[in-house]
Amino acid sequence: MTDTSNEPANVLEVHDLMIEARPHGAPPIPIVKGVSFDVKPGQVVALIGESGSGKTTISLAALGYTKPGLHFSGGEVLLQGEDMELVSDERKRQLRGENVAYLAQSAAATFNPALKIGEQVTESAVLHGAMTQEAATQRAEELYRALELPDPDRIGGRYPHQVSGGQLQRLMAAMALVSRPSLLVLDEPTTALDVTTQIEVLKAFKKVIQEEGSAAIYVTHDLAVVAQIADHIVVLYGGKVMEQGSAEQIVTNPQHSYTKRLMAAVRPSPVAGLGDSMAGDHLRDVPALEVRDVTAGYGKGADGKPLITVLRDVNVTIERGHVVGIIGESGCGKSTLARVMAGLLPASEGEVLLDGHALPPSVKERKREDLQLVQFVFQMADTALNPKQRIGDIIGRPLQFYHNVHGRELREEVRRILDLVELPAVFADRFPAELSGGQKQRVNLARALAARPEVLLCDEVTSALDTIVGANVIELLKNLRDKTGVSFVFISHDLSTVASFADEVVVLYAGRVVEKGPVDQVLSPPFHPYTRLLIASVPELRVGWLEETMQTREALAGIARGVTLTDVGCPFFDRCPVAIEGTCDKLTPPTREDQSGHGHYIECHREVVELGGAGATAPA
Amino acid sequence: MSEQDTIVAEDAGRDVYDELPDAPPKSRLRLSWVGKVSAAVVALWIFLALFGPWIAPYHEAFFIEEDAAGNYFDDPSFMLPDASVSAYLGTDYLGRDVLSRIIWGARTTIGISFAATLLAYFVGITLGIAAAVAGRLTDAVLSRIVDAILAFPNIMLGLIIIAAFGSSIPLLIGLAGLVYAASVFRIARALGQDIMVQDFVEAARARGEGLWWIITREILPNAAMPLATDFGLRLVFVILFISSLSFLGLGVQPPISDWGSMVRENMQGLGNGLSGGALASITPAIAIATLTIAINLIVDDISAHAGGSLAKKMV
Repeated sequence: MTDTSNEPANVLEVHDLMIEARPHGAPPIPIVKGVSFDVKPGQVVALIGESGSGKTTISLAALGYTKPGLHFSGGEVLLQGEDMELVSDERKRQLRGENVAYLAQSAAATFNPALKIGEQVTESAVLHGAMTQEAATQRAEELYRALELPDPDRIGGRYPHQVSGGQLQRLMAAMALVSRPSLLVLDEPTTALDVTTQIEVLKAFKKVIQEEGSAAIYVTHDLAVVAQIADHIVVLYGGKVMEQGSAEQIVTNPQHSYTKRLMAAVRPSPVAGLGDSMAGDHLRDVPALEVRDVTAGYGKGADGKPLITVLRDVNVTIERGHVVGIIGESGCGKSTLARVMAGLLPASEGEVLLDGHALPPSVKERKREDLQLVQFVFQMADTALNPKQRIGDIIGRPLQFYHNVHGRELREEVRRILDLVELPAVFADRFPAELSGGQKQRVNLARALAARPEVLLCDEVTSALDTIVGANVIELLKNLRDKTGVSFVFISHDLSTVASFADEVVVLYAGRVVEKGPVDQVLSPPFHPYTRLLIASVPELRVGWLEETMQTREALAGIARGVTLTDVGCPFFDRCPVAIEGTCDKLTPPTREDQSGHGHYIECHREVVELGGAGATAPA
Repeated sequence: MSEQDTIVAEDAGRDVYDELPDAPPKSRLRLSWVGKVSAAVVALWIFLALFGPWIAPYHEAFFIEEDAAGNYFDDPSFMLPDASVSAYLGTDYLGRDVLSRIIWGARTTIGISFAATLLAYFVGITLGIAAAVAGRLTDAVLSRIVDAILAFPNIMLGLIIIAAFGSSIPLLIGLAGLVYAASVFRIARALGQDIMVQDFVEAARARGEGLWWIITREILPNAAMPLATDFGLRLVFVILFISSLSFLGLGVQPPISDWGSMVRENMQGLGNGLSGGALASITPAIAIATLTIAINLIVDDISAHAGGSLAKKMV
């Protein structure tokens, strides 16, 4: 229909696409409002926007699919010249197997845990009759090699739970690529991953897309990730294209005000001095919360010790009015530490002190006044708010429970707290399902604030949110700290968020504190090798960052390996570029203090001086 | 790539971009036409159960003994010719009006089943939630007892207990309530365990809330919808169970009318053809079928609305 005679035929052409929701007995709600873009052969096009921008809906349209309740209402989606809105179901099935493939966000949910990986990777190609089982298996092995998976000859014989999350994500790419599709649709394939794993997956994706020469649509909300992988970027908001152009153009010279806003919300790379420096005037005699020599874990062993020890000899001090960031990859014990502080998981050894007095280990034995002073904010606001309670009741409950506020006074107070988290008072009558993700997270915070606590434990409160919404929540947290003087324990795997908000940082690795100190100290040399790896892994908003990072020593040694909990030696031994054979794997590393005298501690067998210069990849 | 120019949409230059809602709001429950018809059928039976005695032409134990001329019948069974009063669906094997007995029977059948299901729910939910919330030992003990009850075929268990104690309406209610409490226990326990591990329950625990508050405010409201849907299905099972017992002669005892026993009492009429008394046995069977199928169809509509999630939780 369109004239494409003088250029190579586009793999996908989307013209003025419109999709709407048709609820029963209500007027249709437009979701996608006239979107146009092309995907050329071998090109990676990124669709970027917040949740609700229609990016996933548009990407699914490339497969001729709409989610239940949604309908195509205009425009066309031409996959190699065939309009996916019009083709028969039969043909759609055929095209989906052979010409277009979809990669969902969660590989763990995509794989069937009861079947071997190889079977699942080859299944669709064989089922569609495109290949024989032998050819498909051989093809899969080629792909395992291209995706740099370990042990490519045998990984197909394993079950999904026997490989790591990052590997599973790459295996899913292999599954999509087996039948050589001309278009690959990737829906937020790295969003749920740790920074270090994200790099490994991004690199493999980029390589395989180049080698296979297939075109791709990459859906994400993360501009920094997009800068690494996309050739062309389409910026979406509210179902409309705000701006589109080459990756270089969008990243270096955004035109639309929305794109500029997106850029502003991107996590700045963690450079020393970004965080709020230690303000000495906050310091008073006793810290607000202190964790002393805590060892904790799950399950009950014979001698009263946990079956699986997660935390070992952890010491953390939270001064009044301070923000302490706790970072580390998943599996390092960050949430476990917060749960020990809250009493949800009693420590097997060591103690938790509030205002200088020791708290009973379990929440059941703690006094109500102590519980009130330490409040927990859960990661997922979606599940942390009871869907059957109104916002007003959710926020009002701590007021009733701890402060015996009732009736009219209670309503006033709820309104005041809603105002504090920048939500309108009318929200008190709504249910959680009627709020957006960021609003729910605000209610989640408001509930904790309603208790009038001294310490707020924030467990990954921005991880599930989009870049912009997450940035807004951080902004709110900063205001709250200034207004209320509450101390924060801020847990995150995202170093840049921690760097922009925390006063002090505690780096956890495999249940041990490997480095801690004021944020500007910890984020400038000397580094613990693990901290250096984390810093190097945060994507920077520029084209070509990925290739540079992969060349660093830290990346070569530490990326693509998982966290292992050990009893002996330094747990980071197997990923460390400066490990000393015979020492690091045998002896528990000593704690060394940086000479500066600002309370910067590093737990390592290497001397502080050695860590200072070694292999520095100075952040830009 | 770079020769392609950047395309920029019209930019109002604003710097406020509202946070977009994640999904369009959910629609309210609407019954399909099948669901609406079913709801009408169920409503009719419930109406008859409530007001039957004032609507039915005769009492359930009223015998039509005389013909139009005032003579007594020799054999007062099935479709009495020239009866003194009219019987629209004919009479049963003892000469009682079938229509009246169906209407009176609605009260017995639905009443007993409803009471038994309520009892099953009260016991099942209490113990099921207790098992989900309390420690491992309580859970293990309760679950094994329930396994034992469920291991018996329902009817057999019914036969044993009725053989031991004799049949009466309170016993029937208790028996059906107990038998079905076991399956309600299973569902309530599964739902409770599901909800117990949700973050909002953990948040309540971290706040220091007591067990009672957690059960009544956090768990039950979230279990209510699936349990209410299941109530419909469980009611159907209880109706069939009670009717089966009555059919075997162990349920509701004469002269009280009950759909299950009506089917059995009038079995011999089945051979006589529609005009000769088959209706006396077929009509109660139809009554049982319409009520149970209609309830099932309504439940189907509700679970279709709630999506797969609800259907998965129901056993």
